[in-house]
Amino acid sequence: MPSKDADADPKKGTPPVQVKSLSKSFGKQVVLKGISLEVGQGETLSVLGRSGTGKSVLLKLIIGLHKPDSGSIRVNGEDVTKLTLKELNEVRKKVGFLFQQAALYDSLTIEENVSFPLRRHSNLSDEESRKRVRELLASVGMEEDAHKLPGELSGGMQKRVGLARALALEPEILLFDEPTAGLDPITAAEIDDLILRLQKERHMTSVVVTHDIHSARAVSDRVALMRDGQLLIEGTFEDLKKSHDPFVMQFLDGS
Amino acid sequence: MPYSETHVDETKAFSDIGNWLVKFFEWFGNLALFCGRLIRSAVTPPYEIREFVHQFDELGSKSLPLVALAGAATGVVVTLSTRDSLIRFGAKSFLPAVVIFSIITESGPIITALVVSGRAAAGIGAELGAMKVTEQVDAMEVSAVNAYKFLVATRVLACMLMLPLLTLVADFFGILMGWVANTAAQPISLQLFLHAGFKNVTFNDFLPPTLKTIVFGLLIGVVSCFQGMNARGGTQGVERAATNSVVLASLFIILADVMLVRLILVFFS
Repeated sequence: MPSKDADADPKKGTPPVQVKSLSKSFGKQVVLKGISLEVGQGETLSVLGRSGTGKSVLLKLIIGLHKPDSGSIRVNGEDVTKLTLKELNEVRKKVGFLFQQAALYDSLTIEENVSFPLRRHSNLSDEESRKRVRELLASVGMEEDAHKLPGELSGGMQKRVGLARALALEPEILLFDEPTAGLDPITAAEIDDLILRLQKERHMTSVVVTHDIHSARAVSDRVALMRDGQLLIEGTFEDLKKSHDPFVMQFLDGS
Repeated sequence: MPYSETHVDETKAFSDIGNWLVKFFEWFGNLALFCGRLIRSAVTPPYEIREFVHQFDELGSKSLPLVALAGAATGVVVTLSTRDSLIRFGAKSFLPAVVIFSIITESGPIITALVVSGRAAAGIGAELGAMKVTEQVDAMEVSAVNAYKFLVATRVLACMLMLPLLTLVADFFGILMGWVANTAAQPISLQLFLHAGFKNVTFNDFLPPTLKTIVFGLLIGVVSCFQGMNARGGTQGVERAATNSVVLASLFIILADVMLVRLILVFFS
């Protein structure tokens, strides 16, 4: 269990991520049915659930890639559902997002991928920016491959680079979409370690969406279990273990 | 019960047509929304000049050899086919004028547009489609970069500005090869060929047809970007985006040409 000071963090002000009675459907398919959750400053919340229960959609709603049908989403106190694109982009600069398949730009080299957000949103000189990219790549252990294209890397390596890119603008909040999906257990554990280390170094608030209970256990302070578009239970792992709900028990047994 | 069966079939047939109509109008509605978003993001700063230059260069360098080849072939075909008819009507001396006129007013622009729509529209549709289904477009949005500005506006603008230039290339090679084909049948100096050909050509014959390719470029850019940005469903979605980009862009170019030819005749003749 990671021992982080999440519980002892009654920091003043609003929590960085606040979701209230959020609903979303695509056509006739209802994906989220009134989800509410909060993530405190410096806390890591894992949202668990089976594949296809709308976990990724939740993350995309938080970052404003989809619009919800109803409900509100506050990121650093700003309701992202009501912002103009310009205002939303200001919020996005403070949020890093690691995509499920890393989503690296495949026409750009690793280095260019990481420098893409930097080139646009920072006033760094070329030299400073290169230095920053090297640091970022070193922090995820990918400095050797800076000149390769994403297609030449394995899934785990792509995730590392994706993480470096997500960290480029020094975000306050990190969103992870299935950080360990499709990776072998050893690589998955490496990614978990990386996430943990980065959190320790940078004290970021994170939301991790995953169906990998090992990963959730390793990286999170608190977990929320989703089922059929609703939150079934929320709390620490210990809280979940006390539950007698058959679905919760079944899910935990997977660990 | 045979009655109820036919009844059911009829309802089904009507609802099929209904669904199809709804989809049809939905498609145009979405295209209109897409264009609105495109215009908004294209006219507001900051402008992605570096990316535009990159796309312009990419489009030009990749299409140039094809356009030159297609233009050259068109020149030969136009010469060979007209030559025969003109000899039959005893108007052989008009050959250079007919060839040049035909190339700069119609064959050059339309061939260029169709070749580019095959080359670039498929490329853009597949590239943006792949970026869309692998969440690269989302990744860009999340990095606080307007994907419409960065990916779409730059490509559409590159298509619009590149097409007239490529048309000039097609015209050049068409006329050159027209002369070569003519000379192969009956030697004539290039100077004489050009002199005879351009004697009655005015700027109004040349400029409007060349500039109308800006509209073709717009169609290629908008259609292929729209298909790409709306791709979904893995590799199949990418394949659909690429195919539909070429098919629809070519179709729209031909339909637009019908109108543009008419408009140019009304305003410039």
